[in-house]
Amino acid sequence: MKTIKEINEKIKRGDVVVVTAEEVIDLVEKKGVRKVAEEVDVVTTATFGPMCSSGAYFNIGHSKPRIKLGGGVCKLNDVPCYTGFAAVDIYLGATAIPDDDPRNKVYPGEFKYGGGHVIHELVAGKPVYLEAIAYGTDCYPRKKLATAINLKDINEAVLFNIRNCYQNYNVAVNLSDKMIYTYMGALKPNMGNANYCSAGQLSPLLKDPYYKSIGIGTKIFLGGGVGFVAWHGTQHNPSIPRKDNGVPKVPGGTLAVIGDLKQMKAKWLAGESMYGYGATLAVGIGVPIPVLNEETIKSAAVKDEEIWTQVINYAHDYPQCIAGSLAEVNYSQLKSGKITVQGKEVPTGNLSSYSKAREITEILKSWIVKGDFLLSESVAPLPSVESGYSFKPLKESPSIS
Amino acid sequence: MISRKIVLHFPQVLVDQPIVYKLVKDFDLQFNILKASVTSGQEGLMVLELTGKKENFDKGIEYLKSCAVLIEPLSKDVIRDEEKCTHCGVCVPVCPVDALVVEPQTRKIIFENKKCIACELCVKICPPRAMEVRF
Repeated sequence: MKTIKEINEKIKRGDVVVVTAEEVIDLVEKKGVRKVAEEVDVVTTATFGPMCSSGAYFNIGHSKPRIKLGGGVCKLNDVPCYTGFAAVDIYLGATAIPDDDPRNKVYPGEFKYGGGHVIHELVAGKPVYLEAIAYGTDCYPRKKLATAINLKDINEAVLFNIRNCYQNYNVAVNLSDKMIYTYMGALKPNMGNANYCSAGQLSPLLKDPYYKSIGIGTKIFLGGGVGFVAWHGTQHNPSIPRKDNGVPKVPGGTLAVIGDLKQMKAKWLAGESMYGYGATLAVGIGVPIPVLNEETIKSAAVKDEEIWTQVINYAHDYPQCIAGSLAEVNYSQLKSGKITVQGKEVPTGNLSSYSKAREITEILKSWIVKGDFLLSESVAPLPSVESGYSFKPLKESPSIS
Repeated sequence: MISRKIVLHFPQVLVDQPIVYKLVKDFDLQFNILKASVTSGQEGLMVLELTGKKENFDKGIEYLKSCAVLIEPLSKDVIRDEEKCTHCGVCVPVCPVDALVVEPQTRKIIFENKKCIACELCVKICPPRAMEVRF
Protein backbone atom coordinates (compact mmCIF):
# COMPACT_ATOMS: atom_id res chain seq x y z
CA MET A 1 0.00 0.00 0.00
CA LYS A 2 1.33 3.41 -1.02
CA THR A 3 -0.12 6.90 -0.75
CA ILE A 4 -0.09 9.70 -3.31
CA LYS A 5 1.93 11.74 -0.81
CA GLU A 6 4.64 9.06 -0.73
CA ILE A 7 4.67 8.85 -4.52
CA ASN A 8 5.07 12.62 -4.75
CA GLU A 9 8.01 12.43 -2.35
CA LYS A 10 9.61 9.89 -4.70
CA ILE A 11 8.95 12.20 -7.67
CA LYS A 12 10.69 15.05 -5.82
CA ARG A 13 13.60 12.79 -4.85
CA GLY A 14 13.89 11.58 -8.43
CA ASP A 15 13.45 7.87 -7.74
CA VAL A 16 9.87 7.40 -8.86
CA VAL A 17 9.10 4.43 -11.14
CA VAL A 18 6.69 5.30 -13.94
CA VAL A 19 5.50 2.97 -16.70
CA THR A 20 3.02 3.51 -19.50
CA ALA A 21 -0.29 1.68 -19.74
CA GLU A 22 1.29 -0.55 -22.41
CA GLU A 23 4.48 -1.26 -20.49
CA VAL A 24 2.55 -2.30 -17.39
CA ILE A 25 0.86 -5.08 -19.39
CA ASP A 26 4.19 -6.73 -20.27
CA LEU A 27 5.56 -6.18 -16.77
CA VAL A 28 2.60 -7.91 -15.13
CA GLU A 29 2.90 -10.82 -17.56
CA LYS A 30 6.57 -11.22 -16.62
CA LYS A 31 6.54 -10.47 -12.91
CA GLY A 32 2.97 -10.82 -11.70
CA VAL A 33 0.61 -8.29 -10.13
CA ARG A 34 2.10 -8.32 -6.63
CA LYS A 35 5.69 -7.60 -7.65
CA VAL A 36 4.69 -4.87 -10.12
CA ALA A 37 2.46 -3.21 -7.50
CA GLU A 38 5.49 -3.00 -5.23
CA GLU A 39 7.90 -1.77 -7.89
CA VAL A 40 5.82 0.66 -9.93
CA ASP A 41 4.51 3.97 -8.59
CA VAL A 42 2.62 5.47 -11.52
CA VAL A 43 0.98 4.18 -14.72
CA THR A 44 0.41 6.75 -17.47
CA THR A 45 -2.70 6.42 -19.66
CA ALA A 46 -3.84 8.54 -22.60
CA THR A 47 -6.19 9.07 -25.50
CA PHE A 48 -6.25 11.31 -28.58
CA GLY A 49 -9.41 11.61 -30.62
CA PRO A 50 -12.28 13.82 -31.74
CA MET A 51 -14.25 15.03 -28.70
CA CYS A 52 -17.21 17.16 -29.76
CA SER A 53 -18.22 18.45 -26.32
CA SER A 54 -15.05 20.52 -26.14
CA GLY A 55 -14.72 24.28 -26.15
CA ALA A 56 -12.97 27.22 -24.59
CA TYR A 57 -13.91 30.38 -22.75
CA PHE A 58 -12.14 33.66 -23.16
CA ASN A 59 -12.03 37.04 -21.47
CA ILE A 60 -10.94 39.33 -24.27
CA GLY A 61 -10.29 42.44 -22.13
CA HIS A 62 -12.26 45.68 -22.14
CA SER A 63 -12.27 47.94 -25.16
CA LYS A 64 -12.26 51.72 -24.91
CA PRO A 65 -15.08 52.76 -24.86
CA ARG A 66 -16.50 49.64 -23.26
CA ILE A 67 -18.75 47.11 -24.99
CA LYS A 68 -21.05 44.53 -23.43
CA LEU A 69 -21.01 41.37 -25.54
CA GLY A 70 -23.55 39.71 -23.22
CA GLY A 71 -26.85 39.55 -25.10
CA GLY A 72 -25.11 40.51 -28.32
CA VAL A 73 -23.44 38.61 -31.14
CA CYS A 74 -19.77 37.70 -31.25
CA LYS A 75 -17.85 35.74 -33.87
CA LEU A 76 -14.27 34.52 -34.06
CA ASN A 77 -13.16 34.03 -37.68
CA ASP A 78 -16.88 34.03 -38.51
CA VAL A 79 -17.64 31.21 -36.07
CA PRO A 80 -20.34 32.28 -33.57
CA CYS A 81 -19.51 32.24 -29.86
CA TYR A 82 -21.86 32.08 -26.90
CA THR A 83 -22.12 35.55 -25.32
CA GLY A 84 -24.65 35.00 -22.53
CA PHE A 85 -22.26 36.14 -19.79
CA ALA A 86 -20.95 39.50 -18.53
CA ALA A 87 -19.32 42.14 -20.73
CA VAL A 88 -16.33 40.48 -22.37
CA ASP A 89 -16.56 36.77 -21.52
CA ILE A 90 -17.34 34.44 -24.42
CA TYR A 91 -17.42 30.67 -24.93
CA LEU A 92 -16.57 28.99 -28.20
CA GLY A 93 -17.76 25.43 -28.79
CA ALA A 94 -15.84 22.97 -30.96
CA THR A 95 -18.81 22.20 -33.24
CA ALA A 96 -19.89 25.82 -33.87
CA ILE A 97 -19.79 26.72 -37.57
CA PRO A 98 -20.17 29.98 -39.52
CA ASP A 99 -23.77 31.07 -40.13
CA ASP A 100 -23.19 30.95 -43.88
CA ASP A 101 -21.78 27.42 -43.89
CA PRO A 102 -24.15 25.43 -46.16
CA ARG A 103 -24.20 22.62 -43.56
CA ASN A 104 -25.90 19.56 -45.07
CA LYS A 105 -27.99 21.56 -47.55
CA VAL A 106 -25.57 20.37 -50.17
CA TYR A 107 -25.31 16.83 -48.85
CA PRO A 108 -22.91 15.67 -47.58
CA GLY A 109 -21.55 18.94 -46.19
CA GLU A 110 -17.82 19.44 -45.84
CA PHE A 111 -17.72 21.35 -42.54
CA LYS A 112 -14.25 22.59 -43.32
CA TYR A 113 -14.04 25.16 -40.55
CA GLY A 114 -15.56 25.44 -37.10
CA GLY A 115 -14.90 26.22 -33.44
CA GLY A 116 -12.33 23.42 -33.15
CA HIS A 117 -10.30 24.97 -35.97
CA VAL A 118 -10.44 28.41 -34.32
CA ILE A 119 -9.14 26.92 -31.05
CA HIS A 120 -6.39 25.11 -32.96
CA GLU A 121 -5.31 28.33 -34.71
CA LEU A 122 -5.31 30.34 -31.48
CA VAL A 123 -3.15 27.71 -29.79
CA ALA A 124 -0.83 27.72 -32.82
CA GLY A 125 -0.25 31.42 -32.10
CA LYS A 126 -2.22 32.70 -35.07
CA PRO A 127 -4.34 35.85 -34.76
CA VAL A 128 -8.09 35.37 -35.22
CA TYR A 129 -10.60 38.02 -36.17
CA LEU A 130 -13.25 38.99 -33.66
CA GLU A 131 -16.41 40.76 -34.79
CA ALA A 132 -19.14 41.71 -32.33
CA ILE A 133 -22.41 43.57 -32.27
CA ALA A 134 -23.89 44.73 -28.96
CA TYR A 135 -27.02 46.64 -27.99
CA GLY A 136 -25.25 49.38 -26.01
CA THR A 137 -25.94 50.55 -22.48
CA ASP A 138 -25.09 53.69 -20.49
CA CYS A 139 -22.09 51.96 -18.95
CA TYR A 140 -21.15 49.95 -22.06
CA PRO A 141 -21.95 52.36 -24.91
CA ARG A 142 -20.06 50.72 -27.75
CA LYS A 143 -22.17 48.74 -30.23
CA LYS A 144 -19.60 47.36 -32.67
CA LEU A 145 -16.20 45.80 -32.37
CA ALA A 146 -13.92 44.37 -35.05
CA THR A 147 -10.38 43.44 -34.14
CA ALA A 148 -7.75 40.77 -34.48
CA ILE A 149 -7.04 39.02 -31.19
CA ASN A 150 -4.41 36.52 -30.19
CA LEU A 151 -3.99 34.15 -27.33
CA LYS A 152 -1.13 35.90 -25.58
CA ASP A 153 -2.82 39.32 -25.34
CA ILE A 154 -6.26 38.34 -24.06
CA ASN A 155 -6.86 37.71 -20.35
CA GLU A 156 -8.12 34.19 -19.68
CA ALA A 157 -8.23 31.50 -22.33
CA VAL A 158 -9.39 28.26 -20.77
CA LEU A 159 -10.20 24.97 -22.44
CA PHE A 160 -13.29 23.62 -20.68
CA ASN A 161 -14.59 20.39 -22.18
CA ILE A 162 -17.80 19.12 -20.67
CA ARG A 163 -17.48 15.59 -22.01
CA ASN A 164 -14.21 13.92 -23.03
CA CYS A 165 -12.38 10.69 -22.59
CA TYR A 166 -15.24 8.21 -23.02
CA GLN A 167 -14.77 4.97 -21.16
CA ASN A 168 -15.17 2.65 -24.15
CA TYR A 169 -17.15 3.42 -27.30
CA ASN A 170 -19.33 1.79 -29.95
CA VAL A 171 -18.11 0.28 -33.19
CA ALA A 172 -20.17 1.80 -36.01
CA VAL A 173 -21.34 -0.06 -39.12
CA ASN A 174 -23.90 0.65 -41.83
CA LEU A 175 -26.38 -2.12 -42.69
CA SER A 176 -28.21 -0.02 -45.29
CA ASP A 177 -27.48 -0.04 -49.01
CA LYS A 178 -26.33 3.61 -49.16
CA MET A 179 -23.25 5.38 -47.87
CA ILE A 180 -23.90 7.24 -44.61
CA TYR A 181 -21.91 10.05 -42.99
CA THR A 182 -21.76 10.01 -39.22
CA TYR A 183 -19.72 11.30 -36.30
CA MET A 184 -18.07 7.88 -36.49
CA GLY A 185 -16.91 8.71 -40.02
CA ALA A 186 -18.17 7.70 -43.45
CA LEU A 187 -19.72 4.24 -43.30
CA LYS A 188 -19.88 2.23 -46.50
CA PRO A 189 -23.08 0.34 -47.33
CA ASN A 190 -23.63 -3.30 -46.37
CA MET A 191 -20.99 -3.18 -43.64
CA GLY A 192 -18.21 -2.04 -45.96
CA ASN A 193 -16.25 -0.80 -42.95
CA ALA A 194 -16.47 -0.74 -39.16
CA ASN A 195 -15.21 2.36 -37.37
CA TYR A 196 -14.24 2.49 -33.73
CA CYS A 197 -12.95 5.28 -31.51
CA SER A 198 -10.87 4.40 -28.48
CA ALA A 199 -7.25 4.00 -27.46
CA GLY A 200 -8.29 0.66 -25.90
CA GLN A 201 -5.60 -0.52 -23.50
CA LEU A 202 -4.11 3.00 -23.27
CA SER A 203 -7.38 4.79 -22.54
CA PRO A 204 -7.60 6.35 -19.04
CA LEU A 205 -11.05 5.24 -17.85
CA LEU A 206 -10.61 1.73 -19.26
CA LYS A 207 -7.61 1.33 -16.93
CA ASP A 208 -9.46 2.61 -13.88
CA PRO A 209 -12.85 1.02 -14.52
CA TYR A 210 -14.48 1.93 -11.19
CA TYR A 211 -12.94 5.46 -10.98
CA LYS A 212 -10.97 4.55 -7.87
CA SER A 213 -8.06 6.80 -8.80
CA ILE A 214 -9.41 9.29 -11.33
CA GLY A 215 -11.69 11.81 -9.63
CA ILE A 216 -12.52 15.49 -9.39
CA GLY A 217 -9.26 17.40 -9.05
CA THR A 218 -7.04 14.79 -10.74
CA LYS A 219 -4.19 16.59 -12.47
CA ILE A 220 -3.80 15.57 -16.12
CA PHE A 221 -2.02 16.22 -19.42
CA LEU A 222 -4.50 18.26 -21.44
CA GLY A 223 -3.79 19.39 -24.99
CA GLY A 224 -0.05 19.50 -24.34
CA GLY A 225 -0.42 21.52 -21.13
CA VAL A 226 -1.58 20.74 -17.62
CA GLY A 227 -5.24 20.49 -16.74
CA PHE A 228 -7.57 18.96 -14.20
CA VAL A 229 -10.63 16.76 -14.07
CA ALA A 230 -13.36 19.28 -13.23
CA TRP A 231 -16.34 16.98 -12.80
CA HIS A 232 -17.76 13.80 -14.24
CA GLY A 233 -18.50 14.45 -17.90
CA THR A 234 -22.01 14.82 -19.29
CA GLN A 235 -23.68 11.47 -20.09
CA HIS A 236 -21.44 9.84 -17.45
CA ASN A 237 -22.91 6.39 -17.07
CA PRO A 238 -21.34 4.07 -14.51
CA SER A 239 -24.41 1.81 -14.32
CA ILE A 240 -23.81 -0.13 -17.50
CA PRO A 241 -23.03 -3.82 -18.10
CA ARG A 242 -19.43 -4.74 -17.35
CA LYS A 243 -17.16 -7.72 -17.88
CA ASP A 244 -15.74 -9.65 -14.91
CA ASN A 245 -12.65 -7.40 -14.98
CA GLY A 246 -14.95 -4.41 -14.35
CA VAL A 247 -14.45 -2.93 -17.80
CA PRO A 248 -17.71 -1.62 -19.36
CA LYS A 249 -18.96 -3.45 -22.46
CA VAL A 250 -20.59 -0.25 -23.76
CA PRO A 251 -19.84 3.48 -23.43
CA GLY A 252 -19.62 4.18 -19.67
CA GLY A 253 -17.96 6.96 -17.71
CA THR A 254 -16.84 10.33 -19.06
CA LEU A 255 -14.78 13.26 -17.78
CA ALA A 256 -15.25 17.03 -17.80
CA VAL A 257 -11.79 18.58 -18.00
CA ILE A 258 -10.36 22.07 -17.69
CA GLY A 259 -6.98 23.69 -18.31
CA ASP A 260 -5.13 26.84 -19.36
CA LEU A 261 -5.29 27.04 -23.17
CA LYS A 262 -2.28 29.36 -23.20
CA GLN A 263 -0.01 26.48 -22.11
CA MET A 264 -1.36 24.05 -24.70
CA LYS A 265 0.12 23.04 -28.04
CA ALA A 266 -1.50 22.92 -31.48
CA LYS A 267 -0.24 19.37 -31.99
CA TRP A 268 -2.53 18.13 -29.24
CA LEU A 269 -5.65 20.13 -30.15
CA ALA A 270 -6.54 19.59 -33.80
CA GLY A 271 -9.53 21.10 -35.58
CA GLU A 272 -11.32 18.32 -37.44
CA SER A 273 -14.11 18.03 -40.02
CA MET A 274 -16.41 15.04 -40.09
CA TYR A 275 -17.70 14.86 -43.65
CA GLY A 276 -21.50 15.15 -43.71
CA TYR A 277 -21.59 15.56 -39.94
CA GLY A 278 -19.84 18.64 -38.60
CA ALA A 279 -16.74 20.30 -37.21
CA THR A 280 -15.04 19.16 -34.03
CA LEU A 281 -11.82 19.19 -32.03
CA ALA A 282 -9.43 16.28 -31.50
CA VAL A 283 -8.06 16.45 -27.97
CA GLY A 284 -5.06 14.77 -26.40
CA ILE A 285 -5.51 13.76 -22.76
CA GLY A 286 -3.13 11.90 -20.49
CA VAL A 287 -4.02 10.73 -17.00
CA PRO A 288 -1.54 9.37 -14.43
CA ILE A 289 -2.78 6.53 -12.28
CA PRO A 290 -0.98 6.31 -8.93
CA VAL A 291 -0.30 2.71 -7.93
CA LEU A 292 -1.76 2.55 -4.45
CA ASN A 293 -2.34 -1.21 -4.26
CA GLU A 294 -2.46 -4.46 -6.22
CA GLU A 295 -5.95 -3.75 -7.44
CA THR A 296 -4.74 -0.60 -9.24
CA ILE A 297 -2.17 -2.67 -11.13
CA LYS A 298 -4.64 -5.43 -11.93
CA SER A 299 -6.97 -2.91 -13.56
CA ALA A 300 -4.17 -0.96 -15.25
CA ALA A 301 -2.77 -4.15 -16.81
CA VAL A 302 -5.99 -4.98 -18.65
CA LYS A 303 -5.13 -5.50 -22.31
CA ASP A 304 -6.87 -5.01 -25.65
CA GLU A 305 -8.18 -8.59 -25.84
CA GLU A 306 -9.89 -8.13 -22.45
CA ILE A 307 -11.70 -4.94 -23.44
CA TRP A 308 -14.94 -5.63 -25.29
CA THR A 309 -17.37 -3.38 -27.09
CA GLN A 310 -20.52 -3.53 -29.23
CA VAL A 311 -21.04 -3.22 -32.97
CA ILE A 312 -23.97 -0.88 -33.65
CA ASN A 313 -25.92 -0.22 -36.87
CA TYR A 314 -25.61 3.54 -37.45
CA ALA A 315 -27.97 3.42 -40.43
CA HIS A 316 -30.96 2.54 -38.23
CA ASP A 317 -30.52 1.48 -34.61
CA TYR A 318 -28.34 4.37 -33.48
CA PRO A 319 -30.39 7.23 -35.03
CA GLN A 320 -33.67 5.64 -33.91
CA CYS A 321 -32.36 5.10 -30.38
CA ILE A 322 -32.99 1.36 -30.56
CA ALA A 323 -30.89 -0.82 -28.29
CA GLY A 324 -29.16 -3.80 -29.81
CA SER A 325 -25.73 -5.03 -30.70
CA LEU A 326 -24.80 -6.86 -33.90
CA ALA A 327 -21.70 -8.36 -32.32
CA GLU A 328 -19.36 -8.07 -29.37
CA VAL A 329 -15.71 -7.58 -30.32
CA ASN A 330 -12.51 -6.75 -28.47
CA TYR A 331 -9.85 -4.13 -29.21
CA SER A 332 -7.27 -6.69 -30.23
CA GLN A 333 -9.65 -7.83 -32.97
CA LEU A 334 -10.43 -4.23 -33.94
CA LYS A 335 -6.72 -3.39 -34.12
CA SER A 336 -6.02 -6.45 -36.31
CA GLY A 337 -7.73 -4.58 -39.15
CA LYS A 338 -10.82 -6.76 -39.49
CA ILE A 339 -13.66 -8.10 -37.42
CA THR A 340 -16.38 -10.62 -38.17
CA VAL A 341 -19.94 -9.38 -37.87
CA GLN A 342 -22.83 -11.72 -38.65
CA GLY A 343 -20.51 -13.97 -40.62
CA LYS A 344 -19.05 -11.18 -42.70
CA GLU A 345 -15.46 -10.01 -42.48
CA VAL A 346 -15.43 -6.23 -42.12
CA PRO A 347 -12.32 -3.98 -42.33
CA THR A 348 -11.87 -1.65 -39.36
CA GLY A 349 -10.76 1.97 -38.99
CA ASN A 350 -10.00 3.91 -35.82
CA LEU A 351 -10.99 7.55 -35.33
CA SER A 352 -8.77 7.75 -32.28
CA SER A 353 -5.01 7.90 -32.85
CA TYR A 354 -3.31 5.07 -30.98
CA SER A 355 0.16 6.34 -31.89
CA LYS A 356 -0.59 9.81 -30.52
CA ALA A 357 -2.08 8.34 -27.35
CA ARG A 358 1.10 6.30 -26.93
CA GLU A 359 3.18 9.44 -27.42
CA ILE A 360 1.18 11.19 -24.67
CA THR A 361 1.77 8.32 -22.21
CA GLU A 362 5.52 8.73 -22.90
CA ILE A 363 5.44 12.53 -22.49
CA LEU A 364 3.50 12.34 -19.23
CA LYS A 365 5.91 9.68 -18.02
CA SER A 366 8.88 11.94 -18.79
CA TRP A 367 7.25 14.90 -17.00
CA ILE A 368 6.77 12.80 -13.87
CA VAL A 369 10.23 11.23 -13.99
CA LYS A 370 11.85 14.66 -14.40
CA GLY A 371 9.92 15.96 -11.39
CA ASP A 372 7.93 18.48 -13.45
CA PHE A 373 4.56 16.93 -12.70
CA LEU A 374 3.37 15.99 -9.22
CA LEU A 375 0.24 13.92 -8.75
CA SER A 376 -2.84 15.43 -7.15
CA GLU A 377 -5.24 13.81 -4.69
CA SER A 378 -8.75 13.82 -6.06
CA VAL A 379 -11.01 15.99 -3.90
CA ALA A 380 -14.22 14.04 -4.61
CA PRO A 381 -14.90 10.78 -6.44
CA LEU A 382 -16.74 10.44 -9.74
CA PRO A 383 -20.10 8.67 -9.36
CA SER A 384 -19.40 4.94 -9.64
CA VAL A 385 -21.53 1.80 -9.81
CA GLU A 386 -22.89 2.00 -6.25
CA SER A 387 -24.13 5.60 -6.80
CA GLY A 388 -26.96 4.39 -9.04
CA TYR A 389 -26.17 7.37 -11.27
CA SER A 390 -27.21 6.76 -14.87
CA PHE A 391 -27.76 8.36 -18.24
CA LYS A 392 -31.41 9.00 -19.13
CA PRO A 393 -33.09 9.52 -22.49
CA LEU A 394 -35.13 12.69 -23.01
CA LYS A 395 -38.74 12.62 -21.84
CA GLU A 396 -40.58 14.72 -24.42
CA SER A 397 -43.79 16.50 -23.48
CA PRO A 398 -45.80 18.73 -25.80
CA SER A 399 -46.31 21.57 -23.30
CA ILE A 400 -44.91 22.78 -19.99
CA SER A 401 -48.17 22.27 -18.08
CA MET B 1 2.71 15.61 -83.60
CA ILE B 2 1.66 14.38 -80.22
CA SER B 3 0.66 16.15 -77.06
CA ARG B 4 0.63 14.64 -73.57
CA LYS B 5 0.15 15.86 -70.06
CA ILE B 6 2.72 14.47 -67.68
CA VAL B 7 3.72 14.86 -64.04
CA LEU B 8 7.43 15.21 -63.33
CA HIS B 9 8.94 14.61 -59.90
CA PHE B 10 12.40 16.11 -59.62
CA PRO B 11 14.73 14.76 -56.99
CA GLN B 12 16.31 17.43 -54.80
CA VAL B 13 19.62 17.42 -56.70
CA LEU B 14 17.96 18.28 -60.01
CA VAL B 15 15.88 21.20 -58.85
CA ASP B 16 18.61 23.69 -59.77
CA GLN B 17 19.12 22.22 -63.29
CA PRO B 18 17.63 23.80 -66.47
CA ILE B 19 15.86 20.62 -67.54
CA VAL B 20 12.84 22.09 -69.28
CA TYR B 21 15.10 24.37 -71.29
CA LYS B 22 16.87 21.26 -72.65
CA LEU B 23 13.55 19.81 -73.77
CA VAL B 24 13.00 22.87 -75.94
CA LYS B 25 16.52 23.33 -77.22
CA ASP B 26 17.64 19.75 -77.83
CA PHE B 27 14.33 18.06 -78.69
CA ASP B 28 12.28 20.89 -80.21
CA LEU B 29 9.34 20.34 -77.87
CA GLN B 30 6.75 22.89 -76.90
CA PHE B 31 5.76 23.00 -73.28
CA ASN B 32 2.92 24.46 -71.29
CA ILE B 33 3.40 24.50 -67.52
CA LEU B 34 0.14 23.53 -65.85
CA LYS B 35 1.56 23.53 -62.36
CA ALA B 36 4.99 23.85 -60.84
CA SER B 37 6.35 23.67 -57.36
CA VAL B 38 10.11 23.89 -57.60
CA THR B 39 12.00 25.18 -54.60
CA SER B 40 15.75 25.08 -54.28
CA GLY B 41 16.88 22.39 -51.89
CA GLN B 42 13.57 20.51 -51.98
CA GLU B 43 11.94 17.97 -54.25
CA GLY B 44 10.28 19.54 -57.25
CA LEU B 45 6.96 18.77 -58.91
CA MET B 46 5.92 19.98 -62.34
CA VAL B 47 2.89 19.25 -64.46
CA LEU B 48 3.60 19.86 -68.15
CA GLU B 49 1.75 19.58 -71.38
CA LEU B 50 4.44 18.51 -73.80
CA THR B 51 3.92 18.80 -77.57
CA GLY B 52 6.17 17.83 -80.47
CA LYS B 53 7.02 15.18 -83.07
CA LYS B 54 6.53 11.64 -81.74
CA GLU B 55 10.21 10.84 -82.27
CA ASN B 56 11.35 13.96 -80.41
CA PHE B 57 8.78 13.44 -77.68
CA ASP B 58 10.10 9.93 -77.00
CA LYS B 59 13.69 11.19 -76.99
CA GLY B 60 12.73 13.96 -74.60
CA ILE B 61 11.14 11.44 -72.23
CA GLU B 62 14.27 9.26 -72.45
CA TYR B 63 16.35 12.32 -71.58
CA LEU B 64 14.19 13.05 -68.55
CA LYS B 65 14.47 9.44 -67.40
CA SER B 66 18.25 9.58 -67.83
CA CYS B 67 18.30 12.57 -65.48
CA ALA B 68 16.41 10.51 -62.85
CA VAL B 69 13.25 12.56 -63.19
CA LEU B 70 10.27 10.42 -62.23
CA ILE B 71 7.59 10.68 -64.92
CA GLU B 72 3.93 9.83 -64.51
CA PRO B 73 1.01 10.36 -66.83
CA LEU B 74 -1.19 13.11 -65.45
CA SER B 75 -3.98 11.82 -63.46
CA LYS B 76 -3.97 13.40 -60.08
CA ASP B 77 -1.56 13.14 -57.29
CA VAL B 78 -2.80 12.68 -53.73
CA ILE B 79 -0.39 13.85 -51.10
CA ARG B 80 -0.46 13.83 -47.33
CA ASP B 81 0.22 16.86 -45.18
CA GLU B 82 2.40 15.23 -42.56
CA GLU B 83 1.80 17.99 -40.06
CA LYS B 84 -1.97 17.64 -40.23
CA CYS B 85 -2.18 13.83 -40.18
CA THR B 86 -2.98 12.57 -36.68
CA HIS B 87 -2.47 8.90 -37.66
CA CYS B 88 -5.96 7.91 -36.54
CA GLY B 89 -6.57 5.43 -39.35
CA VAL B 90 -10.16 6.10 -40.29
CA CYS B 91 -8.97 6.28 -43.92
CA VAL B 92 -7.58 2.73 -43.86
CA PRO B 93 -10.76 0.68 -44.59
CA VAL B 94 -11.91 3.27 -47.13
CA CYS B 95 -8.86 3.02 -49.40
CA PRO B 96 -9.68 0.51 -52.20
CA VAL B 97 -6.04 -0.30 -53.04
CA ASP B 98 -4.38 -0.57 -49.60
CA ALA B 99 -2.32 2.57 -50.19
CA LEU B 100 -3.15 3.51 -46.60
CA VAL B 101 -2.22 0.88 -44.05
CA VAL B 102 -1.50 0.67 -40.32
CA GLU B 103 2.10 -0.11 -39.44
CA PRO B 104 1.54 -2.75 -36.75
CA GLN B 105 4.42 -1.76 -34.44
CA THR B 106 4.14 2.03 -34.40
CA ARG B 107 0.38 2.06 -35.15
CA LYS B 108 1.15 4.92 -37.53
CA ILE B 109 -0.57 5.14 -40.88
CA ILE B 110 1.66 4.52 -43.87
CA PHE B 111 0.67 6.23 -47.12
CA GLU B 112 2.12 4.48 -50.15
CA ASN B 113 1.79 7.08 -52.83
CA LYS B 114 2.85 4.54 -55.51
CA LYS B 115 -0.21 2.39 -54.91
CA CYS B 116 -2.58 5.38 -54.82
CA ILE B 117 -5.00 5.59 -57.75
CA ALA B 118 -6.17 9.08 -56.76
CA CYS B 119 -9.79 8.00 -56.23
CA GLU B 120 -9.91 10.72 -53.55
CA LEU B 121 -12.10 8.72 -51.15
CA CYS B 122 -9.71 9.52 -48.32
CA VAL B 123 -9.54 13.23 -49.12
CA LYS B 124 -12.96 14.20 -47.88
CA ILE B 125 -13.32 11.74 -45.04
CA CYS B 126 -9.98 12.58 -43.40
CA PRO B 127 -11.01 14.41 -40.20
CA PRO B 128 -7.97 16.74 -40.05
CA ARG B 129 -8.10 17.03 -43.88
CA ALA B 130 -4.52 15.92 -44.24
CA MET B 131 -4.98 14.34 -47.70
CA GLU B 132 -4.79 16.77 -50.60
CA VAL B 133 -5.19 16.43 -54.33
CA ARG B 134 -2.50 17.96 -56.48
CA PHE B 135 -2.95 18.26 -60.20
